[in-house]
Amino acid sequence: MTRGNRPLSPHLQVYRPQLTSSLSILFRIMGVATSVGSLVLIWWLVAAASGAEYFEMVQSFLGSWFGRLMLFGWTLALVYHLCNGVRHLYWDAGKGMDLPSVHASGKAVVVVSLLLTLGLWVLAYSVGGA
Amino acid sequence: MSLRSPLARVRGLGSAREGSSHWWAQRLTSVALVPLVLWFVFSVAMMAGADYVEFIDWVRSPVVAGLLVLLISVGLLHSSQGMQVVIEDYIHGEFCKVVALFLSQSVHVVLGLTGVLSVLLILFRG
Repeated sequence: MTRGNRPLSPHLQVYRPQLTSSLSILFRIMGVATSVGSLVLIWWLVAAASGAEYFEMVQSFLGSWFGRLMLFGWTLALVYHLCNGVRHLYWDAGKGMDLPSVHASGKAVVVVSLLLTLGLWVLAYSVGGA
Repeated sequence: MSLRSPLARVRGLGSAREGSSHWWAQRLTSVALVPLVLWFVFSVAMMAGADYVEFIDWVRSPVVAGLLVLLISVGLLHSSQGMQVVIEDYIHGEFCKVVALFLSQSVHVVLGLTGVLSVLLILFRG
């Protein structure tokens, strides 16, 4: 396609990152990350269906520092995508679209995602020990 | 003045010939996934440190197995539709796009079947 000398829309880099645009692209990135992380969920279930020996091996990998780091990242991605998804459903209902509400709900999503993720991990450590 | 024929207008399917079905399915799956994901993450956190036997016993309750099958199928449908939108937005070459869409959806189908069959295997093996 020949574009000739027509004006281009400004590239994304010229904009100062804002809460709204950052949370928006983060929503998509975290969605993709959650999709990739679902591989681990399926692997875990396959391991459980394959028998005790293989399951214990997968468990010890997931329990290693690298496994825990990966699972923590997956939890954060999943929880953020969930919380911001609820925000999107609220918008789909036609509510909270004015700028002050959008900023308030954006900050709320960040705080709630962090609290929920940390809460889940505190719960897991208190149930299972280190 | 609209240039669309009355038949096209009444069908309301738009240029992609699928209307709003993809958009609507994404909304339905996201609503379903809110309770499913919350249930799953809290259950798994509560299972921390569980051994093989405890985990198998947990999956083998019909309610848990049913919810896991729902989580896997609805979650992977949501993931597949989401990845489809991402691929359509960022991959512009027609050939690459079609290949990427085919690969993504194939992987989702294989993962979904593998996950559901694993749960059923644990449930029925006795």
